[in-house]
Amino acid sequence: MTTNFPLVLGLDTFGDATHDETGRPLSHAQTIRNVVEQGVLADQAGADFFGIGEHHTDDLPMPAADVVLGAIAARTTRIRLGSAVTVLGSDDPVRVFQRYSTLNAISGGRAEVILGRGSSTESFPLFGYDLADYEDLFEEKADLFAELLKGGPVTWQGKTRAPLHDQDVVPHTESGPFPAWIGVGGSPHSVIRAARYGYSLMLAIIGGSPARFTPFSQLFHQALERFGQPPRPIGVHSPGHVAATDEQAREEFWPHYLEVLRHYSRIRGFAVPTKDSFAAEVGPHGALYVGSPETVAQKIAANLTALGASRFDLKYGMGGLSHGALMSNIELYGTQVIPRVRELLQ
Amino acid sequence: MTGRALSSLRSPRIAVLGAGHTGPVIARVAVEAGYRVSIAASGDPEKIELIASVLAPGAEPRWAADAVSGADVVVLAIPLHRFAAFDPSLVAGKLVVDTMNYWPPTDGVQDLFEDRRYGSSEIVARRLARSAIVKTLNHIGYHELDDGRRPAGSPERRALGVAADDPAALDVVAGVIERLGYDAVPLGSLHTGRVLEPGGPVFGASMSRTEFEQAVHTPAA
Repeated sequence: MTTNFPLVLGLDTFGDATHDETGRPLSHAQTIRNVVEQGVLADQAGADFFGIGEHHTDDLPMPAADVVLGAIAARTTRIRLGSAVTVLGSDDPVRVFQRYSTLNAISGGRAEVILGRGSSTESFPLFGYDLADYEDLFEEKADLFAELLKGGPVTWQGKTRAPLHDQDVVPHTESGPFPAWIGVGGSPHSVIRAARYGYSLMLAIIGGSPARFTPFSQLFHQALERFGQPPRPIGVHSPGHVAATDEQAREEFWPHYLEVLRHYSRIRGFAVPTKDSFAAEVGPHGALYVGSPETVAQKIAANLTALGASRFDLKYGMGGLSHGALMSNIELYGTQVIPRVRELLQ
Repeated sequence: MTGRALSSLRSPRIAVLGAGHTGPVIARVAVEAGYRVSIAASGDPEKIELIASVLAPGAEPRWAADAVSGADVVVLAIPLHRFAAFDPSLVAGKLVVDTMNYWPPTDGVQDLFEDRRYGSSEIVARRLARSAIVKTLNHIGYHELDDGRRPAGSPERRALGVAADDPAALDVVAGVIERLGYDAVPLGSLHTGRVLEPGGPVFGASMSRTEFEQAVHTPAA
């Protein structure tokens, strides 16, 4: 599949609580300050986008991504900044628009949002929502957010929040809507919804073969056509870790990956990954981008081509990797992976 | 035995109820295995026509009642939190494959499934009292179902558990699982089938038949 959109190569973080060089967990406050430094380095190293995923847990203390992005915006001039994702279903679309429109102002027009559910659900009980209502909440809120993005007074009515009548929502953007994406895990309805409301499509591929999402790209194109929407870009978000060599990247990443997955397997009841399943995910047909700059660049280029996607966001960091290892990952991604992917795709 | 009954043993017609994460994947692999497949969501088939044509080409989008009435095997692939509103009469007299999971950490708590003496499929079976319930396909990720298929005899072929109280129903579904590209490991009853649930030894794990049999027959420590 081909794409006419410019190639965008970014970085995402969930703000995993980092450890110091001796393996001791750092405070939430220090982790957040580290993420600001990581965002600034991502800009200097040449990444096109820096995204922060909303989370509400002790190991991912990152509920206010827009505040952190504001700090990064004040210290950078080039990199685009956004959420990855904003859990729209448990938020108020008006507030989300206001926060990211404010970020857009601070950053001189560099804000974006990726809306979705993510794979965590803590925000629902935290803010008093029932997960069983998820579909209805997201559908309505995605509709309202698309209206808000157009600018100008909004009239809207639904079941999940108070209606708006000819409501001016501030701050206004300087030059039209900022980019807005919907992050999709495996729901075809979400793909169609993104097309219907005119969002771009971010495929979150966190396990298994990336190529299996190819039909989702086709579905998105056909749905855009059916709804009379102009073509829109497709992106891919996947976890990974870049180090000088394949061996070093795997050795650094594996113990933390195992620990994080072990934690979630206890909560969610799925099998703990094995060395074999890890090797499969790191290999050419898996979802993890763990390796040397050349290995990771080859895999990104191959999967963007297969999926007809024009954007890749590497979700770096994995519970407890040190700030130093993350900074090195960002540096290598910006200075070596990105130029190599551009070379491979030109 | 009628011609239909005979051929339905060899190649049952399959109706997939649900066009979300799981339904279209099951429909696609069933079409590719040579079955006649229809797919339905809660409303007008028009609404899932695009999903079906792209994600499960060859599966016919239908109204749920039409899909069920023309099928020998009905695959229930709806989110479990929608099950409380599911009309049991829709599948009365049918063989129903329950692919659903009760997964409170990701889908929220549901009172109907909070009685931990029973597995989720036992509770489903009590509500669908006029259907024969078979539990399978719940413990493999929908994202693995496509890539995980291997021909019979392949050393990489993965095992899937099949649990039912009705031995004939179990046989029919085990045959389908085998033809999709997996080794079917029969489990005597839905109660035994609790071993396939989240938190159990095979949930989300890729295992050969031998590994699988060992895992499900080893008493929990």
